[in-house]
Amino acid sequence: MNWRGFYTLFAKEVWRFMKVAVQTVLTPVVTAVLYLVVFAHVLEEHVQVYPGVSYTAFLIPGLIMMSVIQNAFANSSSSLIQSKMNGNIVFVLLAPISSLEFYAAFVLAAIARGVMVGVVLYVIALGFADLPVQHVGILLAFAVLGSGLLGALGLIGGIWADKYDQLAAYQNFLILPLSFLSGVFYSLYSLSPFWQWVSRFNPFFYMIDGVRYGFLGVSDVPPLQSLWVISLFFIVISLIALGLIQRGYKLRR
Amino acid sequence: MSATAVNIAQVHKHFGAVHALKGIDFSIERGEFFGLLGPNGAGKSTLINIMAGLARADGGAIEVHGHDVVKHYRKSRMMLGVVPQELVYDPFFSVREMLRLQSGYFGFGRENHAWIDELISVLNLQDKALANLAQLSGGMKRRVLIAQALVHKPKVLVLDEPTAGVDVELRQALWEFSSRLHKQGTTIVLTTHYLEEAEALCGRIAIVDQGALVALDTTSVLLNRHPYRLLCLTTQDVNVQLPAALAAHVVAQEAHSLVLRLHRVDDPIGAVLDGLRSAGVQIQDIQLREPKLEDVFLHITGRGHA
Repeated sequence: MNWRGFYTLFAKEVWRFMKVAVQTVLTPVVTAVLYLVVFAHVLEEHVQVYPGVSYTAFLIPGLIMMSVIQNAFANSSSSLIQSKMNGNIVFVLLAPISSLEFYAAFVLAAIARGVMVGVVLYVIALGFADLPVQHVGILLAFAVLGSGLLGALGLIGGIWADKYDQLAAYQNFLILPLSFLSGVFYSLYSLSPFWQWVSRFNPFFYMIDGVRYGFLGVSDVPPLQSLWVISLFFIVISLIALGLIQRGYKLRR
Repeated sequence: MSATAVNIAQVHKHFGAVHALKGIDFSIERGEFFGLLGPNGAGKSTLINIMAGLARADGGAIEVHGHDVVKHYRKSRMMLGVVPQELVYDPFFSVREMLRLQSGYFGFGRENHAWIDELISVLNLQDKALANLAQLSGGMKRRVLIAQALVHKPKVLVLDEPTAGVDVELRQALWEFSSRLHKQGTTIVLTTHYLEEAEALCGRIAIVDQGALVALDTTSVLLNRHPYRLLCLTTQDVNVQLPAALAAHVVAQEAHSLVLRLHRVDDPIGAVLDGLRSAGVQIQDIQLREPKLEDVFLHITGRGHA
């Protein structure tokens, strides 16, 4: 194991997004806060999803997790495609870094960015609602597994895409709809039975629901079930990402 | 311990229907300054990419200092430094940051910072050490790429077209630097479009054409293998007329100058000069030019420049 090589690649990925923190951390936080302001203002007096929980308090965990996973995806995918397009991916490919080290460095950096955006957003959101964390361990498990899963999906997207346009399609036609239709703004039970059934195939729903349980102590499905689903997806997507790196798909000719 | 720096054994590579490498097979000894030449698309870069792990061979194997580049990739990559052909860089980092990152990828920490500073100094990058890579000129970026390739003190350095697009001053500096590395014991593998560069620096040369090895020998033997030399004459009269037997040897004629290509064995110079005198050609000056690597290259590949 080339621990130092792995750590350097991880540190470089974190360093990279911290050098442009306005774009990679601050901007998504501002976007999420705008969602919060608008939706909370419009729906606070009209909607109560769970008894005793304000709509704003219901909304914040979903918005936080949506920001976490979107930024985790953006980190690994954009870094990889930029490196491919600029050609500087060779610096890593020439080094004695294994596929597992490569995968782990990118995914951990994606988790770091996702969690950082989530923490900053949470601190700001505390100004909008009283929102103590009910289950810290569960919250962290979903944040780490969810951002890890999206980090791995970002790796696959970055490896697969040959140009920014393709990555944008992957992000806008797959990641964005799945994250928006995952119950960030509503409860699963507010949907018709058919759409409830469809939503249960969306892994992002389980991430949002699990995080909501971590904050509020209530959720649409049992948190353990969500944890199993997310863990399974994480393992499958990670194995696919690792397989692609190992094969050198679109990385090594 | 094997004295071989790089062993290339029956390497095949296909890109779709194109058979890019057709069983390339040769070795580079430790401490050699080795030239790898060939026309565009001959397979040089593909071979280097396989050596460096940037591409995978369909058949055969490459070892660097006895380590298979696939099975023992960590050890083989520790032995190998590659200066890529393209001027690639990471626009997020400065020169020193990039060198420290590259050093870290190879498992080195602070203990290597002194060597990084030495590389910065030797390659005249002191003034640019804190500059972002995107702000550097092409020549400076090339120096950084060389420093990156050397950051882990590799035993074998591959220079893939290192002087392409650089000015004369930098080219001279890079020649001197690579010669110094070679004297210090580093095995150098050079691909270049400048054949005079290969002729001046390389002790042994391989020529690859259409994915196959077409020549492999010491530079001097390759030069001697070329069967022709050029007789350059300055004549008293303008545009002299030659008998048919001599005219067949003319490769260039302009005003007072005349260049004849002569076979080393079949066209003795004495006989040619006698023939010229008999034809009434009055000679003012004679120069005999021995073949250059470019002539050898063109003769072997039967085409234009590498």
